[in-house]
Amino acid sequence: MTFSLQRLGLCAAAAVIAGAAPFAAQAAWEPTRPVEIIVPAGTGGGADQMARVVQGIVTKHNLMKQPMVVINKSGGAGGEGFLDVKGSRNNPHKLIITLSNLFTTPLATGIPFSYKDLTPVTMMALDEFILWVNADKPYKSAKDYIAAIKAGTDGQFKMGGTGSKQEDQIITVALEKATGKKMTYIPYKGGGEVAVQLVGGHVDSSVNNPIEAVAQWRAGKLRPLCVFDSKQLDYKDKITADQSWNDIPTCKSQGIDVEYLMLRGFFMSPGATADQVAYYVDLMKKVRATPEWAQLMKDGAFNQTSLAGADYLKWVEAAEKTHEALMKDAGFLAKK
Amino acid sequence: MLEDIGNLFHGFAVVIQPFNILLMVVGILLGVIIGVLPGLGGANGIAILLPLTFSMSPTSAIIMLSCIYWGALFGGAITSVLFNIPGEPWSVATTFDGYPMAQQGKAGEALTAAFTSSFVGALFAVIVITLVAPLVAQFALEFGPAEKFSVFFLAFCSFIGMGKEPPFKTVASMMIGFALAAVGLDSVTGSLRLTFGFTELLNGFDFLIAVIGLFGIGEILLTMEEGLSFKGKAAGINPRVVLQTWMELPRYWMVSLRSCLIGCWMGISPAGATPASFMSYGIAQRISKRGKNFGNGEIEGVVAPETAAHAAGTSALLPMLALGVPGSPTAAVLLGGLLIWGLQPGPLLFVEQKDFVWGLIASMYLGNLVGLIIVLTCVPLFAAILRIPFSIIAPIILVICAIGAYTVHNSSFDVILMMVFGIVGYAMKKTGYPLAPMVLAIVLGDKAEEAFRQSLLASGGNLGVFFSNGLVATIMVLGLVALFWGVIASAWSRLRGVPKTA
Amino acid sequence: MATDGPPHRSVEIAVAIICLIFGGITIFGSLSAGIGWGAEGPQSGFFPFYIGVIIILSSLINLKNAWALDPQPLFANWGQLGQVLAVVIPTTVYVLVLPYTGIYVSSIVLITGFMIWLGRYRWHTALIVGVAVPVAIYFMFEKWFLVPLPKGPLEDWLGL
Repeated sequence: MTFSLQRLGLCAAAAVIAGAAPFAAQAAWEPTRPVEIIVPAGTGGGADQMARVVQGIVTKHNLMKQPMVVINKSGGAGGEGFLDVKGSRNNPHKLIITLSNLFTTPLATGIPFSYKDLTPVTMMALDEFILWVNADKPYKSAKDYIAAIKAGTDGQFKMGGTGSKQEDQIITVALEKATGKKMTYIPYKGGGEVAVQLVGGHVDSSVNNPIEAVAQWRAGKLRPLCVFDSKQLDYKDKITADQSWNDIPTCKSQGIDVEYLMLRGFFMSPGATADQVAYYVDLMKKVRATPEWAQLMKDGAFNQTSLAGADYLKWVEAAEKTHEALMKDAGFLAKK
Repeated sequence: MLEDIGNLFHGFAVVIQPFNILLMVVGILLGVIIGVLPGLGGANGIAILLPLTFSMSPTSAIIMLSCIYWGALFGGAITSVLFNIPGEPWSVATTFDGYPMAQQGKAGEALTAAFTSSFVGALFAVIVITLVAPLVAQFALEFGPAEKFSVFFLAFCSFIGMGKEPPFKTVASMMIGFALAAVGLDSVTGSLRLTFGFTELLNGFDFLIAVIGLFGIGEILLTMEEGLSFKGKAAGINPRVVLQTWMELPRYWMVSLRSCLIGCWMGISPAGATPASFMSYGIAQRISKRGKNFGNGEIEGVVAPETAAHAAGTSALLPMLALGVPGSPTAAVLLGGLLIWGLQPGPLLFVEQKDFVWGLIASMYLGNLVGLIIVLTCVPLFAAILRIPFSIIAPIILVICAIGAYTVHNSSFDVILMMVFGIVGYAMKKTGYPLAPMVLAIVLGDKAEEAFRQSLLASGGNLGVFFSNGLVATIMVLGLVALFWGVIASAWSRLRGVPKTA
Repeated sequence: MATDGPPHRSVEIAVAIICLIFGGITIFGSLSAGIGWGAEGPQSGFFPFYIGVIIILSSLINLKNAWALDPQPLFANWGQLGQVLAVVIPTTVYVLVLPYTGIYVSSIVLITGFMIWLGRYRWHTALIVGVAVPVAIYFMFEKWFLVPLPKGPLEDWLGL
């Protein structure tokens, strides 16, 4: 069984080449007030970290005359943040950084918004997902772990994840399909908490993003089994004594045909002009060129795909379709 | 161990450089301002200064930023005592006795007691961290959902049943708090509940909005009803109030020690400062000989929650660094800072970044000391705020409350909610419904429910999970003992043949 | 008529009834969220449902107790309630217009009005305080801590 998210990766890669060119022209518009970045998630999560790093970079390198402010609006699985931006028509000083809840929140809760309500700006990167287990457990590879799940009973293995009916649980459902056994999914507030619960042995595995679990991996507390991407990660610097991100096999090679990447990108309020969008696209391009950004990408083993304009929109459209199909399959859609 | 102490002295050497001391003072002052204004949290201050710190060494940066955190912790007590407005969840319990003291003209005493207790609590926690840092992180790992629930359970049990109010009014008040806490997204199933299709209700009812309304606005309405004056207005400014209060404080060493222990424990088990302060207050009330007088301006009622809250707040920083899980928004922004400076929070931070970690611990000692000196010198100044006529200060408080409510979610709807809570608070106070259980339920309700349901998910619906190991079973039993303390105490005295006193 | 006012008993009864209604709403909302005990523990509405039930039960007892109260004592006399309303009404207007006028203009009006009307200050004293506080707040929040507060047409016009 193959998930169509794979397609997204391909289409993304193709678009990188075509992407940035039309926006090289000088931006005529400039912000006249402090620019708010809305984070539709709590403090300390992946999106929040990225927003704060962007803020830090913009300030440190003086990339914008006006200050940049990060505001968390996490209520209703991020619905609060999206509704806020949706309601700020013609306010060009409001950006929102997205994660998969751009798609999952309206589908799971019925909160009335869609990515179509916002103006797409640019994709910054894609976040990877890795299957982690506690290093004290005997599972040396994904194959071992899958064999153990298959040999066990339904619900015996506990998967910890961030939020409910969001990306972590979608991957868990995909895993269940691949193994034919139910897992017990336990939702927590944030990725860091999930990693700690896994270290403490309160759950059996997690699908944390690299940046959420890397510290515990380096300390020898967690073990990465496989990455939910079509190819191994690019980063070859050693993280532990003998392993780099690049050494983690893909889940597909381990017999789990599941792929999932999460969008880390910017949207802005509806009604923005082409000038305004171009300004932010250009700004984010400068952000991505800084050494601090490169460091963040390396720390978090991000997939450095970035898109803008029509290609970005195309990617988002495809991603939304995939999410709808996945969530419908899993029975996660809100009751109408 | 010896090596650790060596490291600590090395840390002191780093911190004592004049530049770092200057940063410390700047941080504390900013922190106090942030703590006083309910619209600003430690997270704001740190987020603003974060970019400035890129050019400093990580150690200097963390000294300044953590001092903002200490300053905000100190500052939170000021509005609680003077205006009955707790700026942070863990200052709520401070209002119970701090505000009545201010009304009786003893604002200076209350502030001195609050600041000094904060310092004692923080100092105790730092010493614990210095001595047993590695064990602390290990202990925090033991806490799964069931253990977390048991801690919340204990916090509730040791607090309820404390009031003089009619029991069914207490129950109604607490349950309304729970119901309000349940509004919004149900984090376990990921679906909305009790929002009735209103998108304004997505967030549920934030604690801060409820508290600003119930306590702050409600209090202004009560004061209006009684005629235009703050009762503390007559209080003279006494510059010696600090020393006089200090003479009195050593008498409460037992309360202090108990609150320190509760605070450290709650901080390390990641329950946090808020349950610590409520629990400490509840237990102090039960054990104290003057427990009956709690709520009427008893100095012990200020010492207990402040000590516990700071011990918890301080000891919570260690699991944050060692495990990489922020316990509060402020801590989350600090963690973000670590990443930008190229440090990775986690178990290896202590091995790879000794300078940084011990510099931070050393700055906890000195930062709190500097903070204490700064805020204590300002006590007469703070107390003097009460001398401003009510008809000037009241509208300013209203404006600041509105800003505070707005900034929680940047939503004007919340400001309206705050006003509703204000009127509700006034009516409840007049009709004898206690506010504290409602606030406790709003703060901890959804967290407790979440932990409960996570535990049941893990156990497949088996309630036995709450007695499945020594740790969780002990905490649950302690909770039950606290819940039935009244019954147990009277049975005990009957057993010993002592006539029950009312 | 300073000694007249609503009886305490009526207010107690009213509060108990409001709690009853609140409990009812909670139960209604919980029912639509599902109150069962699924295979994986309680559903979304399980806790709120029983909380609603407890609210209703305890409110009924409170209502019964309130009914038995002596109808004589006053909740507050009309003069006192007038004082309370003198704050409640302007503040309610303030929070309602705040999204449209922005926080600064409405705060100037609230502080100045409050000082003149209730504090009997002369208008220029009141205006100085009324303008100084929002300006201080503006610098503190918008400039130093970069916390955006609601703004209205005046701020737009001034380009703040």
